[in-house]
Amino acid sequence: MKGISSKAAAAPYLIWMAVFIVVPLIMVAYFAFTDESGAFTLDNLANVAQYSNIFIRSIWLAAISTVICLVIAYPLSYMLSGMKAHTQSTMLMIVMLPMWMNFLLRTYAWMAILGNNGLLNTLLGFFGLGPYKLLNTQGAVVLGMVYNYIPFMILPIYSVMVKIDKSVIEAARDLGCNSVNVLFRVILPLSFPGVASGITMVFVPAISTFIISRMLGGGGNLLVGDLIEMQFLGNSYNPNLGAAISFVLMVILLLIMTIMNQFGEDDTENDRVLM
Amino acid sequence: MNNIVSLRDITVEFDDEKILDSIDLDIKDKEFITLLGPSGCGKTTTLRIIGGFLTPNSGKVIFDGKEITNVPPYKRNVNTVFQRYALFPHLNVFDNIAFGLRVQKLPEKEIIRRVGEMLELVNLMGYEKRSVNKLSGGQQQRVAIARALVNRPRLLLLDEPLGALDLKLRKEMQIELKRIQKSMEITFVFVTHDQEEALTMSDTVVVMKGGHIQQIGSPIDIYNEPVNSFVADFIGESNIVSGAMIRDREVEILGRRFECVDGGFGANEHVDVVIRPEDIKVSAPSEAKLTGIVESTIFKGVHYEMIVDACDGKWKIQSTKAVEPGQEIGMRFDPEDLHIMKKMEEHRR
Repeated sequence: MKGISSKAAAAPYLIWMAVFIVVPLIMVAYFAFTDESGAFTLDNLANVAQYSNIFIRSIWLAAISTVICLVIAYPLSYMLSGMKAHTQSTMLMIVMLPMWMNFLLRTYAWMAILGNNGLLNTLLGFFGLGPYKLLNTQGAVVLGMVYNYIPFMILPIYSVMVKIDKSVIEAARDLGCNSVNVLFRVILPLSFPGVASGITMVFVPAISTFIISRMLGGGGNLLVGDLIEMQFLGNSYNPNLGAAISFVLMVILLLIMTIMNQFGEDDTENDRVLM
Repeated sequence: MNNIVSLRDITVEFDDEKILDSIDLDIKDKEFITLLGPSGCGKTTTLRIIGGFLTPNSGKVIFDGKEITNVPPYKRNVNTVFQRYALFPHLNVFDNIAFGLRVQKLPEKEIIRRVGEMLELVNLMGYEKRSVNKLSGGQQQRVAIARALVNRPRLLLLDEPLGALDLKLRKEMQIELKRIQKSMEITFVFVTHDQEEALTMSDTVVVMKGGHIQQIGSPIDIYNEPVNSFVADFIGESNIVSGAMIRDREVEILGRRFECVDGGFGANEHVDVVIRPEDIKVSAPSEAKLTGIVESTIFKGVHYEMIVDACDGKWKIQSTKAVEPGQEIGMRFDPEDLHIMKKMEEHRR
């Protein structure tokens, strides 16, 4: 009885997965390996090679953004986890608040701040500085990524850190650790699973973003996401090439994530035992 | 023997509530001392003050003649076995035990040697590479003990370390801990709410209640000469009745006068009298000053435990002979079985 009902309960989800996950993946693969007439070809994949500089730029900017997010989010999460429960929820709220605003609006706001006649340059102008070219630079793209994706780094790291048993930290202090030692010998290794999922959750959307790069990077800093969009909506309409680029991007992400998981394998094993 | 730790007038308050109220305590070098009391009595707080995890609101902590009240835990020659072990989940057995030595940056060769010694001491040879999460409660306990002792502390603090173990394992670990303490020649400060555990293991027992020390003494002293009805009741089973001293060596309880061995109280001073259940002898009703009706008889293995209704009160008696419920019996006791105690002062709750 229970078996039947749980199977029935899973059915909608299985259908959902089939329709919205498996079928699109098959379609991407199908378009990637066929030409306009539907015949099998590897030309699309071969053509992706000419965009390798865009791929490298995407990976590079996403990596920089991920590292900056980590550098900011880690100490912040550490501080958060040590605060009083009430303060913690208030602080988390402040972290989450920007996410309630529309993504486009947030990014437009940065355009207004960074532009040649923008807020920052106007402010600097009072001191006789600038105007500097802030908008339409790689720096602006990285800033946009960090700003938009940092909550996805803070939340997983924070949620792992609050779960660290306080008595384990006391034990470390008891065994001769000062604060620095406690951080490097206990908190860092124990929070690694949170760091790993934070990196994944920032890196994946950052590598395939297209709005941020278009709005803050100008035309000169195209990323893979822009490239894909152009194949479907732009002048260079070519869904087969677009599918091929998506396909290659997926393979690259899969490789990077596999390496990440290898790295954190010991910790996940420990976690499983703990549960 | 010298004092290794002295607490002087220690007071701790949380939210205006006194957790410890001017505690004075001397811990002798190489002794096994137990802080015993019900939950909330301040025993763990006392331990945390010695460990350095808590700074008292007032008072001094003296370690080996030097004041260490404000010295952080990592600078104290004291290690702790935590209540739920607090092992490092990301390290295996060897690395858990080696933790303190690695922090001290000792050469790897010495670390291997000393961890090996500890594994032998706690009987965990061959478990070096095991994940601590895969160990049983008793094994985790041993790792926690080894991890603390490998640093060769002068003083080991143990915060209810056996609380999570089943009865049989707990008994084994009691003997094991005592053996380790004797062989390593270090001071153990042990916290427990289990009076039997305290009596079995300790050289000195400190009975605490409501942030005050009630009594300090050897297990035998604490059991035989409790200073007040709280200690008598907490340590072992007891019948406690109110009474009044007539004169030295004579006390009146339940309207009858009895010979006793205590003196030094004022004439007609109100006192508490404790009589241990095993000290009451069952006799024929005609032969005793006190008689009662047996209410229930339970077989406890070594003896029968009887509840006797006498003089408007319930008495607990332990006897090797069973008496059927409903029968009238006499209850006799020798003068030295009456323990006279001052009435508890009210402010001590």
